[in-house]
Amino acid sequence: MKFLAMPQSHADGQSGALRGLSPADSSKSPAATIFWLAVHAVCCLGSLVLGFRFSRLFVFLLYSTSPMLRATDKTTTYDPIVLLSDPSQSPVNQSTPHVAVGRHGIQVRPWPHPEPVEVMKAHQIIERVQREQRAQFTAKNPNPRSLIVITPTYVRAFQAMHLTALMHSLMLVPYKVVWIVVEAGGVTSETALLIKRSGLRTVHVGFKQEMPEAWEDRHSLEAKMRVHALRIVRDKNLDGIVMFADDSNIHSMELFDEVQAVKWIGAVSLGILPHSTVDESDQAVSKVMDESNSLIPIQGPVCDSANQFKGWRTDNGSPNMLGGATHVDDRGSPLPGKLEWAGFALNSRMLWKHAEGKPGWVRDLDSPNWDNDVDSPMSLLKDISALEPLGNCSRRLMVWRLRVEARPGTEFPKGWLIDPPLGIPAPSKRTPWPDAFPKLPFTENASSDEEEINQHPTENRRHETETAKPQLLRREPVEN
Amino acid sequence: MTDFPTSSSSSFDVDPVSSSAILAKNIRVGSSSCSPLLIMKMWAFFFVGLLCTHLSPVSARIGASDSSRTQPTERISGSAGDVLEDDPVGRLKVFVYELPSKYNKKILQKDPRCLNHMFAAEIYMHRFLLSSAVRTLNPEEADWFYTPVYTTCDLTPNGLPLPFKSPRMMRSAIQLISSNWPYWNRTEGADHFFLVPHDFGACFHYQEEKAIERGILPLLQRATLVQTFGQRYHVCLKDGSITIPPYAPPQKMQAHLIPEKTPRSIFVYFRGLFYDVGNDPEGGYYARGARAAVWENFKDNPLFDISTEHPSTYYEDMQRAVFCLCPLGWAPWSPRLVEAVIFGCIPVIIADDIVLPFADAIPWEEIGVFVDEKDVPNLDTILTSIPPEVILRKQRLLANPSMKQAMLFPQPAQPGDAFHQVLNGLARKLPHGRSVHLKQGQKILNWTAGPVGDLKPW
Repeated sequence: MKFLAMPQSHADGQSGALRGLSPADSSKSPAATIFWLAVHAVCCLGSLVLGFRFSRLFVFLLYSTSPMLRATDKTTTYDPIVLLSDPSQSPVNQSTPHVAVGRHGIQVRPWPHPEPVEVMKAHQIIERVQREQRAQFTAKNPNPRSLIVITPTYVRAFQAMHLTALMHSLMLVPYKVVWIVVEAGGVTSETALLIKRSGLRTVHVGFKQEMPEAWEDRHSLEAKMRVHALRIVRDKNLDGIVMFADDSNIHSMELFDEVQAVKWIGAVSLGILPHSTVDESDQAVSKVMDESNSLIPIQGPVCDSANQFKGWRTDNGSPNMLGGATHVDDRGSPLPGKLEWAGFALNSRMLWKHAEGKPGWVRDLDSPNWDNDVDSPMSLLKDISALEPLGNCSRRLMVWRLRVEARPGTEFPKGWLIDPPLGIPAPSKRTPWPDAFPKLPFTENASSDEEEINQHPTENRRHETETAKPQLLRREPVEN
Repeated sequence: MTDFPTSSSSSFDVDPVSSSAILAKNIRVGSSSCSPLLIMKMWAFFFVGLLCTHLSPVSARIGASDSSRTQPTERISGSAGDVLEDDPVGRLKVFVYELPSKYNKKILQKDPRCLNHMFAAEIYMHRFLLSSAVRTLNPEEADWFYTPVYTTCDLTPNGLPLPFKSPRMMRSAIQLISSNWPYWNRTEGADHFFLVPHDFGACFHYQEEKAIERGILPLLQRATLVQTFGQRYHVCLKDGSITIPPYAPPQKMQAHLIPEKTPRSIFVYFRGLFYDVGNDPEGGYYARGARAAVWENFKDNPLFDISTEHPSTYYEDMQRAVFCLCPLGWAPWSPRLVEAVIFGCIPVIIADDIVLPFADAIPWEEIGVFVDEKDVPNLDTILTSIPPEVILRKQRLLANPSMKQAMLFPQPAQPGDAFHQVLNGLARKLPHGRSVHLKQGQKILNWTAGPVGDLKPW
């Protein structure tokens, strides 16, 4: 609040201290004035040298009897000792309780670190506050329906990353969640371990086919996997709202609230996040990117002015789509299909064989030819105008599609746990990267070391499958 | 509509079942004397009673808590009653002295920074009173007299006000009004009020010891002081003073609002100095060691988001915090209190004996958390042991728009804002007691008291 010049404060302090010693008499002889000025100057210099106002120390030693405490001695808890310029005159000498002016001790408790019990209590308080906030500021839904989330997945390097992110999003959802995870290539224990950590009710099924390499084929296989899950919903008569959450997508919490408003089938807008490895320093590319004004392409329903569903908007062909990948190990990201499943939400009763009030424009689950005619749940509708646009007529983006994958055959340790810890980090020569690492001088020596340190399990397996088609090595037989 | 007690918002809901049950019981007792007409009358009363009890909770709810779209709030009433929303117009009349512009306009022209710093209330109050409905041009009918002198506008290059000329300026202004108008001498200033928003009010110094030494300017001994400083049993707080919040720019705070449903995830938040190395190199003087104690005890505590940085998201972060620390600095008050109230963060006030703004209209103990300076090492235990219901109630009180409005000085003035609270405070002091008016020839003030330097003309 104030930044005084040091000499000024000294001047004030000194004159205050010295005032007690000499009367502030305006009618002094010049010699006396000069004398006091000289003493004043000496005291100032002394204080500057010492770094504090020693007049206080002087007075304190003269008048006080309590032990002196130093400024550095802050590590013990002690009663604050008040150092005043003139201890006989207490400045606020009125009725108790009063606060004294002057120097106070800095109180530090003996163990100035957080207590775990209190940290837990604080988190409980925060959770209670947030619950209250949520209850007040979100529209009250008297009967929240449970969500049935369908996720197709398969074991690969980034599966743990994507699935954990999705899992945490689902764990934060304030409604009941049934998570149906369909795994290409059959159920594996790794996926099962990941999913078990969620604490949600999960249905983990395997799908007989393996996930292919080309993005196009992956797309159609994923669609088939989702239909497989829809059949499970139908057969088990699960009740709730069916959503499609791909494991690499990004979901906002508002999406789950918005989806509760679905009557039969609804759609939100989907943002398409390009994962581009294009060199941005390239002039032509940066020009294109500037022009596009950093708007991300959107796929979703479009309404007319009366907020009625009018048609679809897909930005698949825009110049922002710096994709163009066809295979997983290509650079760049794949273009989305005609319509992504991720933006849709269905009432599960639409899938049941016999449901009350099931509208007539719903086709049976098995009637579309899913092998060819697959692209979106719209195939389940005879009349597409029955689609409900959600999210303020889908003007809000609440879910984003992202397809980021490591190259196939990427080595990764089981469970992402390196045990025993690696010894010498050496560039691996056997991973099938198209561009090889530059030959470093020490790699020649290191190659001989590799044979000796081949306790690493991946090294062994790599020897065996060196010539085989690169396959995902983390697959383990189903343990049921 | 009778005033319901404000202990909790549920007290507004008159229980329809119980009251109609009581009515029914009375009717049953009364109908033992069974004439059919009497029974008809009883049933009529019963139904009317039932209707009344069902209607009253509805209207009470409309008055009290709002729709589900916004946060439910609670009425605030302090020791003076439910006075936050009082309208001062018609309850008092204020006469504004016309001083030469060297006391106000010219000073402001020399340094327009005075409009934005935390002492700007004196300037805005003058502007408000000039165009307010409580202003009267006839001094004979005025209850209060206002002297517009900007004593806190002599700024250093850094922007901090120097109080060295303020006593002389104030004295010169009072000499002017006492010689040009008879109203000062009539009461020796007892029906005059002055705005002195500086660190220690009318003691006119930024250092506490010096301020205590000087004491309140002798000429202001009988006047009402409207100041930001408030500490009990302190020389610089006079009985009957009105404490106001420091000025905080309303537009700047409005511009940084985030959606209210953003979850509050920070437990305790503070940004500011812990040690003032420039003025207090030894440590222990600044904030009476309290800020340093906060740092030493909680610097590695994940619940405490405290640092000396000056982030650009300061206001947004406050809106994401549950508690905001408002420790004393060189003076006990700080704009952090205003910011905490505006952003709905519960203020944790660490300043012994502090008197908070409008303390008779706002029940601060129910809104904020008071921690003694000696209890600072146990701050985490204190804050985590507050029951969640109490915390939620404090947040409801803070969400009350009249609470937020009372802390602000908006331009143009709006009903319920700090200007109006000052006028309400002045109105509550009316009618003036008999000691206000002096008898003929009686003199109480000593015009030559005070340090010699103050007596020089300005």
